[in-house]
Amino acid sequence: MAGIAGYGAFIPRRRITTEEIARQWGKDPGTIQRGLLLQEKSVPGFDEDTITISVAAGRSALARSGVSPSRVGALYIGSESHPYAVKPSGTVVAEALGIGPDVHVADFEFACKAGTEAMFVALALVESKRVDYALAIGADTSQGAPDDALEFSASAGGAAYLFGRDDPLAEVVEAVSYTTDTPDFWRREGEFYPRHGGRFTGEPAYFKHVTAATSRILEKTGLEPGDFRFAVFHMPNGKFPLSVGKALGFTRQQIEPGWIVPTMGNTYSGSSPTGLAAVLDLADPDDLILITSFGSGAGSDSFVLRATGLLPQRRGLAPSVRSMLDGQHRYVTYGEYAKYREKIIVND
Amino acid sequence: MPSPRYWREIPSRYRLEASRCGECGRVSYPPRHICPACRGANLETMDLSHEGRVVTWTVVHVPPTDFLMQAPYALAVVETPEGARMMVQVVDCDPEALEAGMPVALEFRLIRREGRGGILCYGHKAVPAYPIGDAEEAEMQAGEMEVAHA
Amino acid sequence: MREVAIVAAGMTRFGELWGASLRDLFVEAAQQTVESAGADRVDAIYVGNMSAGQFVGQEHLGPLMADHLGMAGVPCIRVESACASGGVALRTAFLEVASGASDLVLAAGVEKMTDGADVTEVLATASDQETEVYHGATFPALYAMIARAHMLSHGTTEEDLAWVSVKNHHHGALNERAQFRREVTTDQVLGSALVSEPLRLLHCSPVSDGAAAVLLCPLDQAAQYTKTPVAIRGAAMATAAMALADRRDISFLDAVALSGAKAYEMAGIGPEQLDLAEVHDCFSIAEICCIEALGLAPPGQGRHCARTGETGLGGRIPVNTSGGLKSKGHPVGATGVAQVVELFEQLTGAAGARQVPDAEFGLAQNMGGTGASSVVHILQAV
Repeated sequence: MAGIAGYGAFIPRRRITTEEIARQWGKDPGTIQRGLLLQEKSVPGFDEDTITISVAAGRSALARSGVSPSRVGALYIGSESHPYAVKPSGTVVAEALGIGPDVHVADFEFACKAGTEAMFVALALVESKRVDYALAIGADTSQGAPDDALEFSASAGGAAYLFGRDDPLAEVVEAVSYTTDTPDFWRREGEFYPRHGGRFTGEPAYFKHVTAATSRILEKTGLEPGDFRFAVFHMPNGKFPLSVGKALGFTRQQIEPGWIVPTMGNTYSGSSPTGLAAVLDLADPDDLILITSFGSGAGSDSFVLRATGLLPQRRGLAPSVRSMLDGQHRYVTYGEYAKYREKIIVND
Repeated sequence: MPSPRYWREIPSRYRLEASRCGECGRVSYPPRHICPACRGANLETMDLSHEGRVVTWTVVHVPPTDFLMQAPYALAVVETPEGARMMVQVVDCDPEALEAGMPVALEFRLIRREGRGGILCYGHKAVPAYPIGDAEEAEMQAGEMEVAHA
Repeated sequence: MREVAIVAAGMTRFGELWGASLRDLFVEAAQQTVESAGADRVDAIYVGNMSAGQFVGQEHLGPLMADHLGMAGVPCIRVESACASGGVALRTAFLEVASGASDLVLAAGVEKMTDGADVTEVLATASDQETEVYHGATFPALYAMIARAHMLSHGTTEEDLAWVSVKNHHHGALNERAQFRREVTTDQVLGSALVSEPLRLLHCSPVSDGAAAVLLCPLDQAAQYTKTPVAIRGAAMATAAMALADRRDISFLDAVALSGAKAYEMAGIGPEQLDLAEVHDCFSIAEICCIEALGLAPPGQGRHCARTGETGLGGRIPVNTSGGLKSKGHPVGATGVAQVVELFEQLTGAAGARQVPDAEFGLAQNMGGTGASSVVHILQAV
């Protein structure tokens, strides 16, 4: 059965607290923290972007898989902050990882679910035997507009998944996708910051699609929430994934290990993929894992995975998500944050 | 930087491609046609490990224009286990904490942008292999790093 | 090869010379030199210049300089070796006379740095573009790494570096053509702004405009031009690995040692016989490394010499009596020739307040970039 032959993640090492951002705009930090269930988020350096994060995550995925990069026949990067508007991120990442030139490369965009999009297609290519191995990466360094709710959550990070048919670390039991045209959050060409529909992003967007995709995959597989060890949902803030998980019948214990948003923020296309990496760091053989993403526009991809005996043997070959979240990091001031995120106008 | 000049250097900048002299074994980075040690012309390419140790360093306070937003930044000569040396920035650390012999990991990073509309130029930078001053954390991360390259 | 003499020397003031263009600077120094020898036309001209193309958009300096000197027709070649351009121009002129190809050759150096170019970027082109500058290295950053390596190997301190600046400012205060004619203290140096750790503003030579020139002829024709010729006894050039990462020992300047050894051998003397030296103190650490490489101090011990007075006027081996690059100024392509102008004045007893008594042998060492090229001349009063 096709599945995940290797996985990896990368989270930049700078952080900014919700408190620091709230102070900038004269808001009460306590209210924000309680409302969004966010403490702090990752901040990319001036030298970090979707490409560099993808390379770091990709290296870890290849290391865990033990697969030579020359055998990777497809590479897909999903992001809403590709460094170039025209020129693929995937070609740079492929060359950096030693993949190619006999490789199919494409960049994906679907707001926050571009990462799982890439995973859906990579899986299908491997299942169809068109390629032996396909690497799918979800990574972002997205922006939140100043003094907007999204500024508290928009962060940077990503995860990579190498799909293959032989000896996966986690088998893919099923994959579904649910999509409608819903203008809840968007960014026009040439605009620096995205815009959103406020409360419209909740029920008609996030909750509707996550619920629909998850219900469909449970129906298709004949599984119930109680059968799973872990459930990972897209994390635009701390509250939404807990709410939707509870409404679907999952417990806090199932959701919490993958619920890394309170200290990481929303890494957009990297969000649920990084949450998945966090649970793969912990899963025992035969554990069932659910992951449902959400991308504005709107849609959700849902996967059911089963961990194998190979997972505990291989996961030590690259850094864990927890080690990146809790390990060496440095807090920045709002001024530094604004500098790194290019919110300060400078002469050319 | 014009595209062709950047593009030619991709193997050495993206994959740390170096050359080893077939006569004397000296490893040169970036790759060379003639060995600087013995003038041998029989060189084979190889990729360097993504780790090294700091040989010498500085902290740049007055940067070139392209690096204005990054200053102050640390710049060091780093030596890999293969014996090749390279100049790289050292990031994600307190610049004052650099020490001779400090172990570093080499990470893929964006090095420079050609203005608003030009190409993006990538390469590697060094990050400390473990946080300075935290021995337990250091051991754990050093252990992870060794395993990652097993 | 014939014996070669310097029969005249001249230079402009060094500094931010807003009113003077590159052409103005060259003509002033060259004309001063040629006039003082009573010569009207020369057989050939070599002009050292690092980067007129980038500083003022002008290449093809050779014919332009000859033309503006009123000597169109005379072969004139621009010579480049970064900050060693002047010294290398002089060596090339020396070879033209020594070989018998010409009897009267002008060796000049000129640089115009203040016309608005990004000086940091232009100077960085003297180091490795693909492996050093690409990553954000500047000149001061590279010398700072050399300083750090020297500190790690020999215990050199920031204060040791400061004493070099103090000494050279003390000398420069006595030189009417110097850019900075004021003394500085170690406190001022150590309190100046950080440029690239451990180097501070007052450890670094300034951005300058200026030109210098010397006139060469066979020694046996010198009497036609001057009563006080000075013989060039040694003229040697050497190279070393460009990138710091490719060097044998980052704290030791191999090209300086090699060019020095060849010059000593050619002149038939050793470092102990020198009465004074002009060395390339683009940064304070450079002076320390250069005097070690030239055998004027044992390796690792160069750091004491400025503080103890060994390399000051009146000391064992006065170094940079002109004020050095630090205080006199450093119009890049002119420096190597200006060093020799100082030696000429010292060896002909014309150095005024800076005079080293009874000076017979002087050495000028001029290097490019972070020492990837170095050229050494040894002169003797005759």
